[in-house]
Amino acid sequence: MTAVLEITGLEVRFATPEGPVSAVRGVDLRLDEGKVLGVVGESGSGKTVTMLAVLGLLGVGADVSGSVKYRGRELIGLEPRQLRKLRGSAIAMIFQDPRTSLNPVQSIGHQIVEGIRIHHPDVSRKQASKRAVELLDLVGIPQPDRRVRDYPHQFSGGMCQRAMVAMAVANDPDVLVADEATTALDVTIQAQILDLLRSIRQEKGVAIVLISHDLGVVAGLADDVAVMYAGRVVERGPVDEVYNQARHPYTRGLLASVPRLTDSRRGPLLSIGGGAPSLLHLPAGCAFHPRCAYERPNCTVDDPALRPVATVEAACHYAEDLGPVATGPEA
Amino acid sequence: MTADATVATSAALLHVDGLVKHFPVRSGLLGRAAQHVHAVCGVSFDVGQGETLGLVGESGCGKSTTARLLLGLLPATAGTVRFAGTDVLTARSKALRALRRRLQMVFQDPYASLDPQMTVGASIAEALRIHHQYRGTGRARVQELMSMVELDPDDIGRYPHQFSGGQRQRIGIARALALEPDLLVLDEPISSLDVSIQAGVINLLADLQERLGVAYVFIAHDLSVIRHISHRVVVMYLGKLVETGTREAVFGRPSHPYTQALLSAMPSANPLTERARTRIVLPGDVPSPLDPPSGCRFRTRCWKAQEICAVEEPALVDRGQGHPVACHFAEAPASPDGTTPDGVSPDVAGR
Repeated sequence: MTAVLEITGLEVRFATPEGPVSAVRGVDLRLDEGKVLGVVGESGSGKTVTMLAVLGLLGVGADVSGSVKYRGRELIGLEPRQLRKLRGSAIAMIFQDPRTSLNPVQSIGHQIVEGIRIHHPDVSRKQASKRAVELLDLVGIPQPDRRVRDYPHQFSGGMCQRAMVAMAVANDPDVLVADEATTALDVTIQAQILDLLRSIRQEKGVAIVLISHDLGVVAGLADDVAVMYAGRVVERGPVDEVYNQARHPYTRGLLASVPRLTDSRRGPLLSIGGGAPSLLHLPAGCAFHPRCAYERPNCTVDDPALRPVATVEAACHYAEDLGPVATGPEA
Repeated sequence: MTADATVATSAALLHVDGLVKHFPVRSGLLGRAAQHVHAVCGVSFDVGQGETLGLVGESGCGKSTTARLLLGLLPATAGTVRFAGTDVLTARSKALRALRRRLQMVFQDPYASLDPQMTVGASIAEALRIHHQYRGTGRARVQELMSMVELDPDDIGRYPHQFSGGQRQRIGIARALALEPDLLVLDEPISSLDVSIQAGVINLLADLQERLGVAYVFIAHDLSVIRHISHRVVVMYLGKLVETGTREAVFGRPSHPYTQALLSAMPSANPLTERARTRIVLPGDVPSPLDPPSGCRFRTRCWKAQEICAVEEPALVDRGQGHPVACHFAEAPASPDGTTPDGVSPDVAGR
């Protein structure tokens, strides 16, 4: 299996008035051809910053180091002009809030045409417009030949997100980064967009990085999952293994703390105490130790590295001691 | 609160009958109301003492408007809200103030609902001061409330920005509980919190209900949270109730197509079942509440819709499901989890 995107030892630091903040601290991720990688984490875990760093969208305030390879080609340190060529054609992104990502004073069609013609100047405006209609049809906008002339305010939230997907796939990218693409949407609309991503993956063979805080959203679509906490990947592996046989206490806590429609009992939920640490003052050793139920002396000293444990990879000194999940989280 | 109060009784504490709220949309030079947003249209339900009523629906279904109407924060267009025998909507000054003591609200956004310039102690004490209960034992009461919601009472002099989102929501809950209300209306109290924090707040609310016997109207869009915390559930769509019943009835035998679709659309954190199941994916969007569809409001997205649905509005009655459902073609699904109800044609599941 060839990797379309390989991230190794990615670090991102921001200078703030209170001192430097490490938002991403040595992240390794790998996205294989045509696969879906789910990145799960809470706010501040570094999942969005990681992907923005990959696309070179962080701006001058960020200090990015490490390696990001797209089909073997290093992206970190690449000239902005070269990076712009890749962005939107080879690697495309869908953002959380479709309304703020679309230009309110240009028609939907115009915005799709613009994206096509930037990367393919030889395509005529007329051809590009025709393609825009096809794309809107592909993402399930009714009457695409008429709606292509509409402005974003004439679209509902779900339709705006469909238009964003149309724009993202306009240049047939191999990598689609969907950052909380369904978070702002209602459940029934979320189901529509997830279905759309699923069919686009099948039809176009595009690899997807699916970023979400919602474990359910990732479960149905992802092949592999990475769980992030305080700027690091704390667990990763095939989706079934991570969801059923998690070896990191944080992943287990996260899975146990969501109520499920299939729960038979109505007792208290398992909850993780405390809150996510401030990136300005990260705890020594393992960043999760102040909230960890399994905390041992070692955890306050050494920051555990990600290493293979049974069927997954986990960054915990005592991952073996956690043992296999006796009863699946669904039991 | 006495120990007896912890026993949930079926006596209705809150009785809502035919509640209607239309917002005028003004346009033109004279600012005449040309159109109305039909936000809440004939909503009726009861809340018993010490019980949790879950109110679920998507954005624009009227759940937040309903919450504000319950507390008399908005004037209603029609209908009645009776709380312990008193009409909330017509109560004025003194009577309203007495009602407000017993009826409190917790808001969605703990960042926006706390005054950043007031200490946490002052925020919680505000209600006590207004109701002349602060003098003397006030400070001790505030600290008691803080430990009740699992905050450190020594933090009484701190400001909201010094707390995390989960802690702020606990402050909001402490403030709402200060006057020992009988009913709390919680409008999406956990949806702005991180996943790992949500469970703690849900547990706290369940625990407080057990200890204090306070009833909740719990508004959320997340069905699994509603299922976890509610005794009874009402499902709203475009200003109307489409299905009501006990938690077991609504989740065990969801009978309205919308409830079935909503349940089916909920992603679960289980990769195996997620990949295997056939999901009902509703076509299109929720219609505009400015001009809701005739007859059944759900018919424009419903796979069961027939001619009668456009003509006759289905009443919210029991059609043999054991609980009220507002659908002409209501039927209990074949499987109890509602993921593969009967009559779903494959083309509906597409798109």
